[in-house]
Amino acid sequence: MAGYFKSIRDGFKLRNFTNYILIAAALILFLILELTGVLRRSHANLLAQVGFSIILAVSLNLVVGFLGELSLGHAGFMCAGAYIGCFVANQLHKTSLPPLVTLIVAMAVGGIVAALFGFVVGLPALRLKGDYLAIVTLAFGEIVRNICKNLPWFGGAMGLPTEQYGTHLFIVAFAVVLLMLILTQNLIHSKHGRAITAIRDNEIAARAMGINVVFYKLFVFVFTAFFAGVAGVIYGYYTTPVIYSSFTFNYSIEILVMVVLGGMGNITGSILSASLITVVNFVLQSNLSGDQAAIKYLVYALILMVTILFNNAPAFRPIKEKIGLQAILSRVRKKFGLKHPSENPEEIVDDSAKWHRIPTKIKMDSILSTDLKPADDGTLEPDPRQEDKHE
Amino acid sequence: MSNPLLLETRDLGITFGGLKAVQNLNLQIKPMELYGLIGPNGAGKTTVFNMLTGVYKPTYGHFYLDGEDLTGQSQQQTCARGIARTFQNIRLFNNMSVLRNVMVGLHHDPAFKCNPLVAMFRLPAYYVHENAMVDRARELLDIFGLDGERNNLACNLPYGKQRKLEIARALATNPKLLLLDEPAAGMNPQETAELMETIKSVRDTFKLTILLIEHDMSLVNGICERVTVLNFGTELAQGPVGQVLRNPEVIRAYLGTD
Repeated sequence: MAGYFKSIRDGFKLRNFTNYILIAAALILFLILELTGVLRRSHANLLAQVGFSIILAVSLNLVVGFLGELSLGHAGFMCAGAYIGCFVANQLHKTSLPPLVTLIVAMAVGGIVAALFGFVVGLPALRLKGDYLAIVTLAFGEIVRNICKNLPWFGGAMGLPTEQYGTHLFIVAFAVVLLMLILTQNLIHSKHGRAITAIRDNEIAARAMGINVVFYKLFVFVFTAFFAGVAGVIYGYYTTPVIYSSFTFNYSIEILVMVVLGGMGNITGSILSASLITVVNFVLQSNLSGDQAAIKYLVYALILMVTILFNNAPAFRPIKEKIGLQAILSRVRKKFGLKHPSENPEEIVDDSAKWHRIPTKIKMDSILSTDLKPADDGTLEPDPRQEDKHE
Repeated sequence: MSNPLLLETRDLGITFGGLKAVQNLNLQIKPMELYGLIGPNGAGKTTVFNMLTGVYKPTYGHFYLDGEDLTGQSQQQTCARGIARTFQNIRLFNNMSVLRNVMVGLHHDPAFKCNPLVAMFRLPAYYVHENAMVDRARELLDIFGLDGERNNLACNLPYGKQRKLEIARALATNPKLLLLDEPAAGMNPQETAELMETIKSVRDTFKLTILLIEHDMSLVNGICERVTVLNFGTELAQGPVGQVLRNPEVIRAYLGTD
């Protein structure tokens, strides 16, 4: 037992808790604002939206950034969770359960149903790779959406009216974010996370190491679908009615944009970019009305382009080295005489959540232009049965 | 070590459509032997490796590891039973650190069994296993002189070290039989000589049997005890290395007739 506590102490590094501290600090800050009555109702709603966007972005990042497969059906899982969770919540509202219990039950049910969908879609779909998997998940998203539209229990084309939770929804949302971050990061920093990233980096070698690739792909799909479903239930509480038209393909792409913007395989990045995009959308939407609304898309696109160029374009490198986040961090480190962990030879650096961009086997530019042709330059892994045949 | 043969293949063969890639291969490899598999390009050497590791299912024939029939098993099962391999074109997990590359090799080891829920909720077993895995992986890296590089990304290593890392990773799976696919490819004579020492010492420290594919005859001549020559998927010759390399049939297969 003593060895156990020692190993926990050895394993304790403050930087592994950055994301938890980030979310907890935000939660406490906004909680104080809420209790002192400073927080406006619209801003509390925005915070709930930020909460479920973070859940969606981080869970999709697990598929795209860590497993290296492209899923365009994240809105579909969210849709399944939203409809079913809110349907259950509506039934429970007739009883005298406290609203928080109802919400938790609804999130659990919505999440589990979405996870089941993840399993059912995953079984056949995960035999596919790259762009082909993307197409199947895309189709799945549309199918779920249209089924929900045509089911009479779900209110058909009018959408499913839901009860509102009030301004405290953001507290629940942030609590779920925190829980999800803990589970996700614990998973990534374990042997299972290593297996998942190994599949991303080289599937053939991962198989040769005895890793059950199908199991891990399915596991990641189910895990992320669960949290997409939970996010869907929060969404259902945030807006009424839950309507099929909000879970379009475009919404899946928006989540993907959050992931790409924050950096694939970078959880802190996903949190920040999900918050940024949601807030930018909100600000633009509430300030621009009528004809000006078109400007929203322009500004949105500009922000995306500038961020992506800043992160990738060689021309921006000198600027990035001056004012980029890494540069600022290293300056702070120098000021306090701290060393980067990799400079300390005795340290074991866990690189699973490193702040660096990871090239995946997916060609993002082709996906974002919704041009789903298979890559012809060999970026997709060849079928192991085809290669090495003639040495 | 009860079995006189560690690896035995009986009439192993595979066809891809009409192409007979490998036919009637009979290998008999003793425990602790360093065995070479050579042949001109396209002879089917890597295909043999792919059959032995479960990537391909043999069309006919069987192979036995330590007396156990492993024909047609999945890659996961062959790995668990003790066949590990390296690749002709290095296949590391490029975006992972050197240490984590080796730790992936420890993945299926029953000593480090820990289900995803234990990991997600950080139960005591997680810490115990995780630390044991780090220690084991560092031991392995130490043997190859790579412990100093453990925090570097695998893709940033120089070529020779990448080859070594691949062997270290394969050894992490705790194999009985190690398959090396052209370990000296792209190396200069000095690196090759160093590699020969490494391979020998790996065999002796880990009590392993090694089957290797190689085009560099100085390496084959230097370390292999026996070799089998493949040509167009069929066995051309086999026996002690010096004898086989002088075989006129073998010379003709490599250099052609005049």
